[in-house]
Amino acid sequence: MSNIAPSIDPATGPAQFDVAPARRSPLSAFLRRARRHGGLIIGASVLLVIIVAALAAPLLAPHDPYAQNLAQRLIPPIWHPKGTWEHVLGTDKLGRDYLSRLLYGARISLLIGVLTVAISGVIGTVVGICAGYFGGRVDAVLSYVITTRLALPVVLVALASAALVGGSLEGVIIVLGLLLWDRFAVVTRSATQQIARTDYIAAAQAIGCSTPRILFMEILPNILNALIVVATLEMAHAILLEAALSFLGLGVQPPLPSWGLMIAEGKQYMFFSAWVIGVPATALIFLVLAINLVGDGLRDVTAPENRT
Amino acid sequence: MLAYTIQRLIVALSVAITVSIVAFFLLHLSGDIAVSIAGPESTPAQVEQIRQQFGLDRPLVVQYLDWLWKAVRFDFGNSFYFRDTVVSLIASRIPVTLTLGAISLCLSLLVAVPLGVLAAVYNGTIIDRLALSFSVIGQAIPTFCLGLGLIILFSVTLRWLPVSGASTWKHYILPSIALGWYAVPAVMRLSRNGMLEVLSADYIRTARAKGLSPRVVIFKHALRNAIIPVVALAAVQFGFMLGGSIVIEAVFSMHGLGYLAWEAIARNDFPVVQAVVLILATIYVGLTFLADIINAFLDPRIRLA
Amino acid sequence: MALLDVQDLVIDIPTPNGVLHAVSEVSFSVERGETLAIVGESGSGKSLTSLAIMDLLPRVAKRRAARLTFEGTDLLSMAEPQMRKLRGNRMAMIFQEPMTSLNPAYTIGNQLMEALRCHEDVGADKARARAIELLERVGIAGAERRLLQYPHQLSGGLRQRVMIAMALMCKPDLIIADEPTTALDVTIQAQILRLLHDLKKEFGMAMILITHDLGVVARVADKVAVMYAGAIVERGPARAVFKAPSHPYTRGLLNCIPVPGRTAPGTPLGAIRGQLPNLIGRLEGCAFRDRCDFATPECAGQMRYIPIDASHDVRCIRVEAQKAVA
Repeated sequence: MSNIAPSIDPATGPAQFDVAPARRSPLSAFLRRARRHGGLIIGASVLLVIIVAALAAPLLAPHDPYAQNLAQRLIPPIWHPKGTWEHVLGTDKLGRDYLSRLLYGARISLLIGVLTVAISGVIGTVVGICAGYFGGRVDAVLSYVITTRLALPVVLVALASAALVGGSLEGVIIVLGLLLWDRFAVVTRSATQQIARTDYIAAAQAIGCSTPRILFMEILPNILNALIVVATLEMAHAILLEAALSFLGLGVQPPLPSWGLMIAEGKQYMFFSAWVIGVPATALIFLVLAINLVGDGLRDVTAPENRT
Repeated sequence: MLAYTIQRLIVALSVAITVSIVAFFLLHLSGDIAVSIAGPESTPAQVEQIRQQFGLDRPLVVQYLDWLWKAVRFDFGNSFYFRDTVVSLIASRIPVTLTLGAISLCLSLLVAVPLGVLAAVYNGTIIDRLALSFSVIGQAIPTFCLGLGLIILFSVTLRWLPVSGASTWKHYILPSIALGWYAVPAVMRLSRNGMLEVLSADYIRTARAKGLSPRVVIFKHALRNAIIPVVALAAVQFGFMLGGSIVIEAVFSMHGLGYLAWEAIARNDFPVVQAVVLILATIYVGLTFLADIINAFLDPRIRLA
Repeated sequence: MALLDVQDLVIDIPTPNGVLHAVSEVSFSVERGETLAIVGESGSGKSLTSLAIMDLLPRVAKRRAARLTFEGTDLLSMAEPQMRKLRGNRMAMIFQEPMTSLNPAYTIGNQLMEALRCHEDVGADKARARAIELLERVGIAGAERRLLQYPHQLSGGLRQRVMIAMALMCKPDLIIADEPTTALDVTIQAQILRLLHDLKKEFGMAMILITHDLGVVARVADKVAVMYAGAIVERGPARAVFKAPSHPYTRGLLNCIPVPGRTAPGTPLGAIRGQLPNLIGRLEGCAFRDRCDFATPECAGQMRYIPIDASHDVRCIRVEAQKAVA
């Protein structure tokens, strides 16, 4: 019945009747689409550069980020007439090299992003999967919890909690991790609800698979796509929030080179030396932009129908 | 419709109460409040005196109920730091925040909705791409960076607008732009997607087949349906703005509710912090309730169910 | 002069894999007051054909034709504002899904009156009167009350009647009904068809009825055009085509229908083997040949229409051979 005719050239050859498409593995299909997605490529490249720079900070930084030198305060960056090559991006109010602080600051931002998402991701995913899979009372309770969490003014509560815990890197990570799980929960819940009603889950239940087994082996792998997208976007969210907290003085404490803190410390000089806040701000924007591009790109490539 | 309203109201009230519990216990989890109030150099006797003075020796549940009972009568006690009652402090600061939030919301809607509609109508063209890129880039800029940037550009370099404070209407321009900026991508994308979905609906095809002009099709038929979720989102975004204004108020030195909260947090002024969290959360819950009702009202299928 | 004249209509849709030839060189005409039924399965291009006449194709689709005229006026080169004057006014369309074809946010009355007032300068009360008159004519009782109702408050059958009333608001010369009964209960289908038929007679309209249901065709059509894979494979007066189906596809379709009284119980229903071909790329020859029992290598070559009768022709070069077997 099926006619596998020879060569098809849409421009010149006769039309095909009944040809089965060639088989391609999902991974190569994914890579093929990924390669064509401009945003994803740009975002991933920038992110890679930042990650490498952060990891190699000890090698790349020309100076010790904590070394103060009051004789060399507020030297402008290299594109200024007064700039020097010794401090390519200038120095801050305590004479510390900006480039070095920027590189080490990248570590802090990335660390916060990754760890926060790890914590909030686990919390949110557990809540979401349970709510979506078990439904009924469990779902009602968990949805109520999510709604309550959504009603809290996040910035305010984060500030208050960070202050209580004492401003510190660990404190910020824990506070943000315990607060930012809502999107994870919402997304995994709806993804799980869609899958939980499919036939193969019913089949797994019918043959007596234990619930944890179903949750881990059947459901989790299938919501992984959505999960990764949310994780990247929440990472950006966490980084922005930490920058805001540190800017307000209640996040990471000096002398750590958090970019938000650098902006706060530079605020008083911004009228005359705009670069003091400009340099870390630009770095922050680039990092967040890159992460967002990667997140959006991943979503477009894996499930374009979920584009919001 | 009535049944739906009542149901949403009950949910809203219970969420508000739950939030109040969270707000209350959040601060009490930090350890001994009496010690923080007394200060690091206090003696145990002084700490004990403070504990009794503020009723901190009672069981937590009792303290909570007492606090809640007074809170619904707008009695939040006295500020630890400011020489004033919490209520009058909040009352004096809240107008600034509400004004800021309202202007920010209007600005962001005025920009985001037309942009979203344009992007949907010209779907796939350069206009669409520009709008989407604008939204992606917009979301990457932290609000405080934008605020600072705006100050540098408009206040310092161009000297058009004041740097800080909240006394005249001019003082609200830059902060509103900075605060409203963050909501634009979300609202724009929702408008765009709503419009796209609606534009591909069968009833739009019917409208075209009737020979209606494109303007009528878009504004009368499409927008009316697409705008429903946007209205709900706008109400929610207003809530976010009220909560997130803390950063903008800090950047622009505007003495609103957020600024007050910041000062209070930095100084361990618990009554103020608790009150602000509760009030903001309640406003937010009220807004989402309002959003649900508006949503239902605008859709005849729910309104006349 | 025919009311609607279509010659060699082609609709192409560019896809990432090549150009999809959705409709290839379709020709037919409709006289005043005549009913033409276009029959075919899903994917045969019949809906696209009707959308092409009204210039309502999706943006990506491209149409071209040797001739496409309505009342003598060329539609192909007509500018959009002029097209809008025709749509809903001189030619109206009824769609398949009554559940979603009406705007849920506005009342029935609003949508009905809008159909009239965008073409004729009449006052609200006149428009309202006409709406009530038409609602009653399509068999909806309590029309005045219905005007204030929203679409979701009506059943599917009622909504389709409203759609029909809406199409008639300007008393068009041509109605195109794209599968108007497919989404409805079987019991309602007959009523709606009857209604369309009566209204057509009363208003003196021509109708193009698009359907995949041959039973529908037999009852109401004057002419039939059978479409397969974007081309018309047989066309002619309804009676002639039913009595002497000459294309293997048409015969296959008729064989699938059990006839009460004639088909013996237990007889396996006829089915046409195979499936629709891929329409991407250049098409040559008969698209049906892979499913046809009479196909020969010649069928891959140039196709032409062979006349059977005065107005009945068929796009099959094996007609004679079939007759021998039939």
